[in-house]
Amino acid sequence: MKYQPVIGLEVHVQLLTDTKIFCGCPTKFGSEPNSQTCPVCLGLPGALPVLNKKVVEFAIKAGLSTNCSITPRSIFARKNYFYPDLPKGYQISQFEDPICQRGWLDIQLEGQAVKRIGITRIHMEEDAGKLVHGDLPGLHDGSGVDLNRACTPLLEVVSEPDLRSSDEAVSYLKQLHQIVTWLGICDGNMEEGSFRCDANVSVMPVGSDTLGTRAEVKNVNSFKFVKQAIEYEIQRQIDLIEDGGTVVQETRLFDPNLGKTRSMRSKEEAHDYRYFPDPDLVPLVIDDEWVERSRRELPELPEQRRQRFITELGLPEYDAEVLTANRALSEYFEAGVAAHGNAKAVANWVMGEITRSLNDSGTAIQDCPVTPLLLAELLKLIDGGTISGKIAKTVFDEMWKSGKAPHVIVEEQGLVQVSDSGAIEAIIDGIMAANAGQVEEYRGGKEKVFGFFVGQVMKASKGKANPAVVNQLLLDKLKG
Amino acid sequence: MDTIDMTIHGLHQALESKQLSSVEATKAMLARIEAVEPQVGSFITVTPEQALAGAEAADRRIAAGDMDILTGVPLALKDIFLTEGIRTTCGSRILDNFIPPYSATSWEKLRDRGAVLLGKLNQDEFAMGSSNESSAFGVCRNPWDTTRIPGGSSGGSAAAIAARQATATLGTDTGGSIRQPASHCGCVGLKPTYGRVSRYGVIAYASSLDQVGPLTRDVTDCAIMLGALAGYDPKDSTSVDLAVPDYVATLPNGVKGLRIGLPREYFIAGLDADVQKAMDAAIETYRRLGAEFVDISLPHTDYAVATYYLIATAEASSNLARYEGVRFGHRSANAEGLIDMMTKSRSEGFGAEVKRRIMLGTYALSSGYYDAYYVKAQKVRTLIMNDFIKAFADVDVMLTPVAPTPAFKIGEKVNDPLQMYLSDIFTIPVNLAGTCAMSLPAGFSTDGLPIGVQLIGRPFGEEAILRAGYAFEQATEWHRASANL
Repeated sequence: MKYQPVIGLEVHVQLLTDTKIFCGCPTKFGSEPNSQTCPVCLGLPGALPVLNKKVVEFAIKAGLSTNCSITPRSIFARKNYFYPDLPKGYQISQFEDPICQRGWLDIQLEGQAVKRIGITRIHMEEDAGKLVHGDLPGLHDGSGVDLNRACTPLLEVVSEPDLRSSDEAVSYLKQLHQIVTWLGICDGNMEEGSFRCDANVSVMPVGSDTLGTRAEVKNVNSFKFVKQAIEYEIQRQIDLIEDGGTVVQETRLFDPNLGKTRSMRSKEEAHDYRYFPDPDLVPLVIDDEWVERSRRELPELPEQRRQRFITELGLPEYDAEVLTANRALSEYFEAGVAAHGNAKAVANWVMGEITRSLNDSGTAIQDCPVTPLLLAELLKLIDGGTISGKIAKTVFDEMWKSGKAPHVIVEEQGLVQVSDSGAIEAIIDGIMAANAGQVEEYRGGKEKVFGFFVGQVMKASKGKANPAVVNQLLLDKLKG
Repeated sequence: MDTIDMTIHGLHQALESKQLSSVEATKAMLARIEAVEPQVGSFITVTPEQALAGAEAADRRIAAGDMDILTGVPLALKDIFLTEGIRTTCGSRILDNFIPPYSATSWEKLRDRGAVLLGKLNQDEFAMGSSNESSAFGVCRNPWDTTRIPGGSSGGSAAAIAARQATATLGTDTGGSIRQPASHCGCVGLKPTYGRVSRYGVIAYASSLDQVGPLTRDVTDCAIMLGALAGYDPKDSTSVDLAVPDYVATLPNGVKGLRIGLPREYFIAGLDADVQKAMDAAIETYRRLGAEFVDISLPHTDYAVATYYLIATAEASSNLARYEGVRFGHRSANAEGLIDMMTKSRSEGFGAEVKRRIMLGTYALSSGYYDAYYVKAQKVRTLIMNDFIKAFADVDVMLTPVAPTPAFKIGEKVNDPLQMYLSDIFTIPVNLAGTCAMSLPAGFSTDGLPIGVQLIGRPFGEEAILRAGYAFEQATEWHRASANL
């Protein structure tokens, strides 16, 4: 029998606010345990939550960027369960009436049609703290609770079960990742857990319209692991059914070392979270004006920008894709185009020299020592014939190292291109005289010797001779 | 007049005219506490050092001419208010070692005006009770008859006024916990409108019903205290950003033409004869003062107690989840492993009534029962609110009994929770509706027990009930009576 996998993703997006969702404590990562806490995020008796407006703004941005409707009156709910890293004994989340509902993202796999993936909802919630085990200050071989992360703002983005393969899941996930980082609402760091994913996976016989029992695979913290975990889970379920077994509804944990999932808790052990509206928080009312203001403030999104690069700037699809991989890169490129004018020339340099140098040195585009304006100036020097494309690469390396403007480097190092035909003729004459044999060969019909002469002239001119002038003069002279 | 008998405004005059210093007044109170505490049991913790330090600071302020009406006034707080550096138990064993690192907004407001803290008052555990008998810190007795309960849950707050151990006190009211003990102990007790006073730093029982309020010797003091407590607190999202009127200034405006509603559902068969008598007398007094009476109906009154015991317990089951021994409070010494530690800490730390309500609330919120209980209760709550909105279209305030009987005997209802719950039938609807109400001394039973009547106001209509209460007080002597202790 053939099986059809059905996958839905729940993605937790940690928001880049300066302070926590329900108190004023900082959200900075990696501080001394419990140093970023107050009565509210410690869950002390009598403490009350106050909603951080920035979190709402970020949630609206995320919703609008994923084609969701913004709920005019959304509600916070308590999700009740006991765990030492959950100080109040409940998590403040949203259950009925989340802030964003009914959105979608379009994905497209290589060689396939565009496919629309539904987004059921996006809701706001607080993160829990974390447990640390082992030798702790004042506690030998014990367990401690660090509540620095408690109350950190999260968005949970829940997809419809519209995904049919691990590749579709990864494609959807990458697009969502690109959007939240593009919006600047999440740093996207999957290793540190700023963007983490749970996958609901089931399989059903091809042609069936009854969904199979699903397993939820928890906390898969890289795109590679998502693919591995889903593929393992699909195969595990198929093997189980083929062997006459049945899939049970359960929560499973992915072990990246083994590349396998293992059972964490069964449906029977599942919590009854006893959700109910949090009486400490009033309903969140978002009027049309707020939504429209947010819509106006939205940046151009990656997909729109990619399309514009193709239609307005005439870039090939590949270039447009590469140059919208992240917002900073696309903005660098656009600044370069604005200063220079030739989009394709700027694209070639950004995708070539710039990207190579960034990668070699491990530098982020935001910290690129060659600014878009300096890059444009360099390209203008080529356009104006001041330097050749080849010399430009030398100048670029120097710009990267020293941060100097290209015209300064060209002047300091005497790299101005020689286009004066008299001077070039003199060089050519000298070279022809010294290589009479090759001249004969050329004239005898061996035209590929031409390249040898170009090389010699460029070498003699230290690369500064204008290649176009050299070509023309050489042709004239070699023909005799 | 004896210092311990003074009202806030009376003491203020004495302090202002330098007849008395705050240190003297505070010492008199501390001496009184020491003298009668073995008979009453109003306090869980007395804080003489903080009290004297506060009184000295108040005297310096007074000498410097920086005096507020509350400067130098010795107060005590129900042990549900967090007080930085001072043990706060909420009447529970589970918090018997809890020293809070911060203070409740309401106490900060009083402290900043120069009020002096005498200590923390006895109460039902986590404010769950109507007799103060669920306290883990001993019996609190009614100063008018020490074989009887003072009421609850703010039993200590009312008993301390009646026993003249504090000039005024703070309580909290979730279903009647200020008004019922005030009625039983012969003092004035006000439950403000939900959102009028910050709940920040007040240990939560049922968050959508809890409200902070004062217990005082007279209505003027009540107006003074409310003026100091009321106002928006950015730390409490449910507090309301609404200007605070000068409650004292409008007190003398009288009740001529005031339309007072008498909800017929509150005059039930089986109402204690003495309570009925006090009600009749109060109606007569108001009629004489020029008020008009209107017969009104609050048709969903019968469902109020059941509704309350679903909503309050549901919220409590969640609010009390944080007491599990991980970060503060009681941790079981004989537990193995995490689940065992949490379970045993809670089993050992909570008393029977608290456990009963946690279980009721957990049940009401459980999957499969949520719609039938919690959701339905919320719908009925809306109907009850609408009853009040409709009735207030015709009247300015309502007049009702506070409790169906005067204070009952200690132990009398302790094994019959349902009977105990029914002692709040006249106060609970006000919390469900979210509006304000005040208990006012209005007579005595044939046994000499105080009886209060309740004035219910529109949401944020505290001015009207204070004004009506003041007019009643001017026309009667009930508030001047004092327990023979």
